[in-house]
Amino acid sequence: MELNKVEVPVMADMFAKGIHPEYLFWVGCAGAFDDQYQKVTRAFAKILTFLKVNYAVLGKEESCTGDPARRAGNEMLYQMQALQNIEIFKKYGIRKVITICPHCYNIFKNEYPDLGADFEVINYLQFIDQCILSGKLNLEPGVLTDVCITYHDPCYLGRANDIYIEPRSILKKITSNLVEMERNKSFAMCCGGGGAQMFKEAEKGDKEVYIERTEEALRTDAKVIATACPFCMTMITDGIKSKNRENDVRNFDIAELIVQSLNI
Amino acid sequence: MMKQLVFVITLVAASGIFAFTINRIISYFHFTRPAFPVRDFGKRLWITFDIALGQTKIFRRPVIGLFHALVFWGFCVIAFGSVEMIIDGIFGTERFLKILGPVYDILSGSGDVFGLLVGVSILIFLSRRLFFHIKRFEGVEMKSVSHMDANIALSMILFLMISLNGMNTAYCAGLDLTGSPAIGVYPVSRLLTGVLSGLSASQINLVYEICWWSHILLIFIFANILPYSKHFHVFMSVPNVFLSRLDALGKLPNMDNITREVRMMLDPVNASVDPSAETPVERFGVKDVEDVSWKNYFDSLSCTECGRCTSVCPANMTGKLLSPRKIIMDVRARMKEKGPGMLKNGITFSDQKSLLRDYISEEELWACTTCNACAKECPININHPTLIVDMRRYLVMEEASAPGGIKGVFSNIENNGAPWQFSPEDRLLWTRDLEIRVG
Repeated sequence: MELNKVEVPVMADMFAKGIHPEYLFWVGCAGAFDDQYQKVTRAFAKILTFLKVNYAVLGKEESCTGDPARRAGNEMLYQMQALQNIEIFKKYGIRKVITICPHCYNIFKNEYPDLGADFEVINYLQFIDQCILSGKLNLEPGVLTDVCITYHDPCYLGRANDIYIEPRSILKKITSNLVEMERNKSFAMCCGGGGAQMFKEAEKGDKEVYIERTEEALRTDAKVIATACPFCMTMITDGIKSKNRENDVRNFDIAELIVQSLNI
Repeated sequence: MMKQLVFVITLVAASGIFAFTINRIISYFHFTRPAFPVRDFGKRLWITFDIALGQTKIFRRPVIGLFHALVFWGFCVIAFGSVEMIIDGIFGTERFLKILGPVYDILSGSGDVFGLLVGVSILIFLSRRLFFHIKRFEGVEMKSVSHMDANIALSMILFLMISLNGMNTAYCAGLDLTGSPAIGVYPVSRLLTGVLSGLSASQINLVYEICWWSHILLIFIFANILPYSKHFHVFMSVPNVFLSRLDALGKLPNMDNITREVRMMLDPVNASVDPSAETPVERFGVKDVEDVSWKNYFDSLSCTECGRCTSVCPANMTGKLLSPRKIIMDVRARMKEKGPGMLKNGITFSDQKSLLRDYISEEELWACTTCNACAKECPININHPTLIVDMRRYLVMEEASAPGGIKGVFSNIENNGAPWQFSPEDRLLWTRDLEIRVG
């Protein structure tokens, strides 16, 4: 066992060398800046490296997709962001984009085309699932095989885009003990972070949304709550802390669980 | 002959009043904005078959959903009988649809069975409303008039079914006396003829006539009450499903007028020659009912206030003010309030009120997580989040009004291209010391 340094390829550098990577890995703002979610970005970059995927990131040229602005009603700001991002994609002739954030995925897939975007968008879970199906990625039962895991569906993968199967089939490779919450798949309850809620105080009520959802997750007695969205991760991790359960229940993104399972 | 004359006069009167009401509602649609072009008829027919006829979304709650499905399918079958009654009424014929032969046996037989099934389902619905505390029938928007509306409509349907089976029972009992064969099949009513035993032929005929007239008059009254009731759902729900927005739930509609402005800002030279830029200035987003799309208004007319949306709303279930059902009900109520004034004085008519604030507060709008649980749950594909975002669009772009945290997000995205205050220069910090285990 030895450790190799992972060099993350940057699109502008690759282009200067005359290389045109097949995929753009869209890191997203949370992926770049959120302390906890940076680990997810690192995990997925490791997976890409492990799979020898021909990819690059935009690095300093990446800018917010405009999702929080758009869902908070600022269509003007969203479109400014979107049109500028589309220009950058065109500059590099990008045809395939992989996202880890479901909000980035949704806006690229469903909303950018209205502004002239023309590229394929792949969520990382679809990408990984495809690699498993095609035999490129062999997820054998590893350290997590006996760990009880429950999966929290992000709204923007689930209801928004009907992605329910891939995360579950990946998790079933990692653990033999995947349990469902009472409300799951299209019935799943929101973590409370979407629609720009993440960035504001909640309105007056008798409970926080993330507490309600975390309590539901804890009722499964799972030791790991798997998430697939940066906002869900913030919310569920906060929920676990609020319930004083951080010693026995952990929140990991599916990418992190894969890295643990592969031991890379 | 007399009976035919009375029937035709009643029919014309009922249809006349109905046409007047519908015409008025249609004229309100002139005040709404475009939503999306209605294309893809194949796909639309499929979702109508699946979601409306198949009742697939109502089955997301399987038990109570089954009873609704029985009522819906019952209505579909029984409608043939109602059409037949109208034909018989006009032309003085008896069971005109018998020309369908064996198909008539199926129609009459299933209509008779469904009469009972619908009746039982309605009794269950009524008792749920009257004797049980069902959370989703409560809420700030559920005023006593909403409950009365529900109970009146359910009672009318119950009487429709009683008169239907009563009519069939009297028909069967009459045939038993004369020994002549029945036209059609009546599995349930046949078992009920004992109720009328001991009555003479003319008395049985009287029962038949009373049931026949009660049933058809109830249909006429019901049809004319519906447009003023939440049970307008009966007419509007299937078309509403057919006219569903076909996009993924996660997609918000693009604002093309903004696109023109943004393109002009980003590239003034090329964009300014675009002739479509000469369109009149209109309000960004939704402030009042004339800003909603025809689909929002259609949704509001189709909603039967079942509250499935609100019961799954994360904001509502954690005690926030937002209730997606209320948003939809408010659109309908506001059009009812402002529509007549706009008909008289034009779309610029103002009564110093608006959908925003007088009906829907900012607090409700900002509580939405856009999780789409409401839209996913709605059995007839009403879309609440797009309307909520449209109202946020008005607040933000016309009034620059938003919660403090959201304003921070806007300025961060504008200044440094991220919702947080981080420099784009730091976007690769996550790659530091990244190592992979090999071998």
